[in-house]
Amino acid sequence: MPRIADERQLNPQPQVVHELLQVLPADCVLAAEDELAPYECDGLSAFRQRPMAVALPTTVEQVQAVMRVCHAAAVPVVARGAGTGLSGGALPLADGVLLSLARFTRILELDPANLTARVEPGVRNLSISEAAARHGLYYAPDPSSQIACSIGGNVAENAGGVHCLKYGLTVHNILKLKLVSVEGEVFEVGSAAFDAPGLDLLALMNGSEGMLAVIVEATVKLLPRAERAQALLAAFEDVERAGAAVARIIASGITPAGLEMMDNPAIRAAEDFAHAGYPRDAAAILICELDGTNAEVSHDVMRVREILLDGGATEVRTARDEAERLAFWKGRKSAFPAVGRISPDYYCMDGTIPRRELSAVLKRIDELSEHYGLRVANVFHAGDGNLHPLILYDANQPGELDRAEDFGGDILELCVKVGGTVSGEHGVGVEKLNQMCVQFNTEELEQLHALKAAFDPAGTLNPGKAVPTLHRCAEFGAMHVHHGELPFPELPRV
Amino acid sequence: MPDASIRGELPPERDIEVELREQVAAAHAAGTTLAIAGGGTKAFYGRSLETAATLDVTPHQGVVAYEPTELAITVRAGTPLAAVEALLDANGQQLPFEPPHFGAAATVGGAVAAGLSGPRRPYAASVRDAVLGVRMLNGRGQVLDFGGRVMKNVAGYDVSRLMAGSLGVLGVLLEVSLKVMPKPVGKLTLLREEPLERALGLMRQWAGRSLNLTATAWADGHLYARLCGSDEALAEGRGAIGGEPLAARGFWTNLREQRLAAFDGPEPLWRVSVAPASGPLTLAERQVVEWGGGLRWFKADLDPVETRAAAQAAGGHATLFRAGGGTARGDVFTPLGEVSARLHRRLKQAFDPAGILNPGRMYPEL
Repeated sequence: MPRIADERQLNPQPQVVHELLQVLPADCVLAAEDELAPYECDGLSAFRQRPMAVALPTTVEQVQAVMRVCHAAAVPVVARGAGTGLSGGALPLADGVLLSLARFTRILELDPANLTARVEPGVRNLSISEAAARHGLYYAPDPSSQIACSIGGNVAENAGGVHCLKYGLTVHNILKLKLVSVEGEVFEVGSAAFDAPGLDLLALMNGSEGMLAVIVEATVKLLPRAERAQALLAAFEDVERAGAAVARIIASGITPAGLEMMDNPAIRAAEDFAHAGYPRDAAAILICELDGTNAEVSHDVMRVREILLDGGATEVRTARDEAERLAFWKGRKSAFPAVGRISPDYYCMDGTIPRRELSAVLKRIDELSEHYGLRVANVFHAGDGNLHPLILYDANQPGELDRAEDFGGDILELCVKVGGTVSGEHGVGVEKLNQMCVQFNTEELEQLHALKAAFDPAGTLNPGKAVPTLHRCAEFGAMHVHHGELPFPELPRV
Repeated sequence: MPDASIRGELPPERDIEVELREQVAAAHAAGTTLAIAGGGTKAFYGRSLETAATLDVTPHQGVVAYEPTELAITVRAGTPLAAVEALLDANGQQLPFEPPHFGAAATVGGAVAAGLSGPRRPYAASVRDAVLGVRMLNGRGQVLDFGGRVMKNVAGYDVSRLMAGSLGVLGVLLEVSLKVMPKPVGKLTLLREEPLERALGLMRQWAGRSLNLTATAWADGHLYARLCGSDEALAEGRGAIGGEPLAARGFWTNLREQRLAAFDGPEPLWRVSVAPASGPLTLAERQVVEWGGGLRWFKADLDPVETRAAAQAAGGHATLFRAGGGTARGDVFTPLGEVSARLHRRLKQAFDPAGILNPGRMYPEL
């Protein structure tokens, strides 16, 4: 059972499996229980549900055919890329078809003159940069899962990464999408130029969590590799000073390519796992990467070093060579699996906060950690305010998962309270539906539902995800009051 | 409230949200069409409007939040663009998208709703890239907040970026939160005499290299390139770009504001947006190129069908940007495909069910 129940009235239409077999080769339709098992969850494995069937088309025409069959029978469709998403956006529905784009793995065109790549949605993020490397180009957004996650999923979630401050999110790096509508029609948004006529549907598609249309092709922006990249690692005795140093770097007018913070539990876990050379006793470390032309990087490295030392860093290391720079990053990028080694399970949160609130938020997370009796390790995209607290728990201990979820919910509500958001880059999916009720009021939620209905009038594309029903929010609000311990009683509620 | 430590002068404050909300709600109830008005500097852009009434947003002014180290500013939509740019400048920052003003009365809301970006666009960001959040009225007169003031936010559909360039057909902007960027420590414009075809080739060569370019243009037989950075970085860039430094100031502002000689005269002005590596387009004699080859301006009374076909063949689209004396042929924007047009109509219905906001400004049916 999914941990957040599907509220919909189910529409079981088992004959759809036979109809799919009419439009797809037999090896493109899975319906046996054991075949469905690998698809029962995405990267949020606490939520599981087997779909009625899995469709694995290999052509756009087949995707259209699947959509037409499902549309005619009012059967819900959930699109899935590599299944690495962390918010349950690709969680199947019991009466639905899971539409896997995993077989769309071709890079269709590299265009170094226009600095673009045209790719199928199942192409892995990292493989775009690998293919573009021979032209001295790369694709900038680099979520930590980039060796596995696919570009279609990146667009659906508007994925971020560690270089967003300077190079933007997925939405800033996509030029054009080819999509299939819920009715099975092909259409395009964006263009090969810098803009397109009409409303900016391209921006709207990014981060729409598979609720508006199915992505079947993406044209992405490529950037020239910087002439040079250099990274600094700074250790601090307390988190406040590390946070203040971040603000001072930004205030100096330098835009680092990456600016990451880790707290002590995260440092220890990452160091034990990746042997990146992190100072194990530091309360916090900052990793600051600077890239650009040679002269620019030399200039900025000196300034950032001074700022860090002035800001109370106990140690500042500049990577001696490319190997050490990559080691600094390896520790950071492997923080999640590293934490996975020190705890049977962990729950990754994804709030964004204004940077100035960092120390207050971390202090409150500490208090909540004590309250719930669960450890937490924090990794933080400090440059853009995106916080990833990793709550450590053991699913085999009765009640621990429930406590972890409550703890996570409190953190997200705290992010909203200080002027941030419940999701910076992982998406709402099913996971954060309740917290959406805190961030948006009734009229805003109604507007979001109306927007979805413009693309999907019957509501069969990934229904129940990303935007909570008003009914759910009413129940969630009531539940909070029943507990009698509303975390932030001063917040307006719907 | 803006941070107490910021430098420079804050624009005057006035909050008329309640009045604006009441006007839109009343217009919704009565089915009265409204023209949303900022400073009127871009009234020429888009299809002409005939509405029963005007909704004047210009009194709704002031900086709601600004902390330079958060790299974001939130302002009311009627705030003069020039005042916001001056405030950012005093704090060593700037808007990444370098928007055209087209007059002193330009407002921030108008700049976002028009969605027009200036010379820095390919090298930094477009208007919509820089939008972090909006507070808006939909066509029912409901006050809605989408996005926020933080860099990363994927909660809910990205309505705030959808509003950029929407020409007021979905809602009335009340406040916008924009990403800002540091001003460069130094800049340098280099000038080379080059024919169009060679100039386009050079722009593409440079775009594929790690250079500190912030703008490129071709006009009157000359290729212009703007670099930014420290003295060392500028020297390095000059070595790569070649040409001579341009002593006269104001070229980029004049390009952005369409005050170069090539923009003079009563003829219509066509904006042709193409894949940047497209070869020379010879639609008319008088041409200005920007954005590394991605934007081509033509000052002539062009045939709309041929112009749009040429733009489409080059991966883009053509807009009748200024109709000149009003005699220009054809509609303003490139018509949409069938599915896209249907989605546009349904989105309009979702945000403005009575069809009262800027009806017909973008397309006749919106």
